[in-house]
Amino acid sequence: MGGKDIMAVNKQSKGADRSIYSRVGMIVLYIALIIVAVFQIYPLIWLFLFSLKSNAEVFGLSPFALPQDPKWENYIRVWTDGNIDLYFFNSVWITVSSVLLTVLLASFVTFAITRMNWKMNKLVLGLFMVGLMVPIHSALIPLFDFFLTLDLIDHPLSIILSYTAFNLPLTIMILLGFYYTLPREVEEAAVVDGCSVHRIFFQITLPMTTPVLATTAIINMIYNWNEFVFVNTFISSDKFKTLTVGIQNFIGQYLTDWGAIGATLIISIIPILIAFLVLSNRIVEGIAAGSIKG
Amino acid sequence: MNKVMSNKLVIALYVLPALLLIVTLIYGPILLTGYYGLMEWNGVGPMTFVGFDNYIELVQDSKFWDSALHSFLLAIFSTLSLAGYLIISLILAGKIKGSNLLRKIYLIPMLLSSVAIAQLWIKIYDPNNGMLNSLLMALGVENPPAWLADPKFVLYAIFVAILWQYAGFYIIIYYAALKGIPESLIEAAKIDGANPVQIAYKIKVPLIAGVIKVTVVLAIVGSLKYFDLIYVMTGGGPNGASEVIASYMYQKAFGSYEFGYGSAVAFFLLIITLIITWITRKLTASGDEVQY
Repeated sequence: MGGKDIMAVNKQSKGADRSIYSRVGMIVLYIALIIVAVFQIYPLIWLFLFSLKSNAEVFGLSPFALPQDPKWENYIRVWTDGNIDLYFFNSVWITVSSVLLTVLLASFVTFAITRMNWKMNKLVLGLFMVGLMVPIHSALIPLFDFFLTLDLIDHPLSIILSYTAFNLPLTIMILLGFYYTLPREVEEAAVVDGCSVHRIFFQITLPMTTPVLATTAIINMIYNWNEFVFVNTFISSDKFKTLTVGIQNFIGQYLTDWGAIGATLIISIIPILIAFLVLSNRIVEGIAAGSIKG
Repeated sequence: MNKVMSNKLVIALYVLPALLLIVTLIYGPILLTGYYGLMEWNGVGPMTFVGFDNYIELVQDSKFWDSALHSFLLAIFSTLSLAGYLIISLILAGKIKGSNLLRKIYLIPMLLSSVAIAQLWIKIYDPNNGMLNSLLMALGVENPPAWLADPKFVLYAIFVAILWQYAGFYIIIYYAALKGIPESLIEAAKIDGANPVQIAYKIKVPLIAGVIKVTVVLAIVGSLKYFDLIYVMTGGGPNGASEVIASYMYQKAFGSYEFGYGSAVAFFLLIITLIITWITRKLTASGDEVQY
């Protein structure tokens, strides 16, 4: 079915019929793939286009028309008047803190499970892995109650801790695959030289795992940046809201202002798109590693 | 070696913080959810023990069963759509020029928040100024439906957005698995005269059966806990036509402050998720662990 295979068949076949047949097949396959690509990307282009339109254009002209006079001021307007700047910076610092905490704690656990000798390590690992299956809604009410008791409702700590707990299983799973393939000679030599465990972890193992740390960090970043339920449930004041919940509120107030809504959505997805342009290989790798090894 | 690497204090120091977090924020809460399901409770006041009343009410609650049905429909749609993703991946993995770029384009929607996706698709489905209906009218369809406001169409409309969101995710997984198949096997089949379709169907697909099994579990479990997109797009409406288990639970607990009943729904969601994960793994256990 694949192009390579078709090309291989192509080489072997002597009759011109088969050659034409496989070339047509190839073109059909390409067209199918490109249709899927258009379906995936066009809605986002359309979103960008209407973010630059005025309401007169949105309601008066075809939805497929290009913006006549791009309204970049839509972006400035929502950034300052719509509190989007505040939500944006909340998303940034809450995402960054949760990612750092998750990746550090997950590295500690993975190191202890794969490098240190103790009896319960399989059991503890199992506990982390089962966590992958738990739907957050099944924990939501007691979590709400728990944070209410600790006076952490409407406090960013409630979401940072929740993100960390619920992302630890996946992060550990991705790290594990890498730790298992990592040669142990350097660490063993360090032990012989009398290195302490902490020095081995921080100065040898952690630097050696940089590639997979980048993968887990970017996967965590995407999850946290996009998270909605925890923020929507635990945070009520504007000053702690992140973009997902913030834009949801914002759009509730500007229901018919398509340009403003479009600009807000584009602002909310730009950091992810930039991260994707820079680190797309890591993201692809993380998604593949995170699911296949399950 | 053994002495340094067996230091109990260090092990505790490294494992306990993370363990404490998942025990207090995941395992404790899911057990408490089952317990709260036995209570009548408005979320702030005192709890009253009502035994299995909430669970009995659940069994008789037609709105709950409607939402469960919608969740199962989404799970079935999602599982069927895996076949399409698999075909796309088989094509892509055949060293097609530009497959790397195509895969990345396919993945982009998956990176966006469900809130952004929901808001975008609300606009696409807008009855008057949306992309879809304008296209349909240009093609000569008179009076295309108001997709999200029509109980007959709303679930399908949501499913198309879900399809859009997850296509790249599954394609990446299948593609990575297909790339892991040794070239030599494919070459041997070609020498034996197998055509590309036979190679795909008889060799490649069976070889990645383990991965396909994982994606079936992911698709089913993912659909059962589906929430964000539906909550933002329709809030479960119109009139419950797109309500799913998670959104029903959320509406009961945080909408009408029936925390006891909401907990019962949440506990049901947990149990059904665990059972289905287990059954899917059992049912698809044969043909697993293909060695090559």
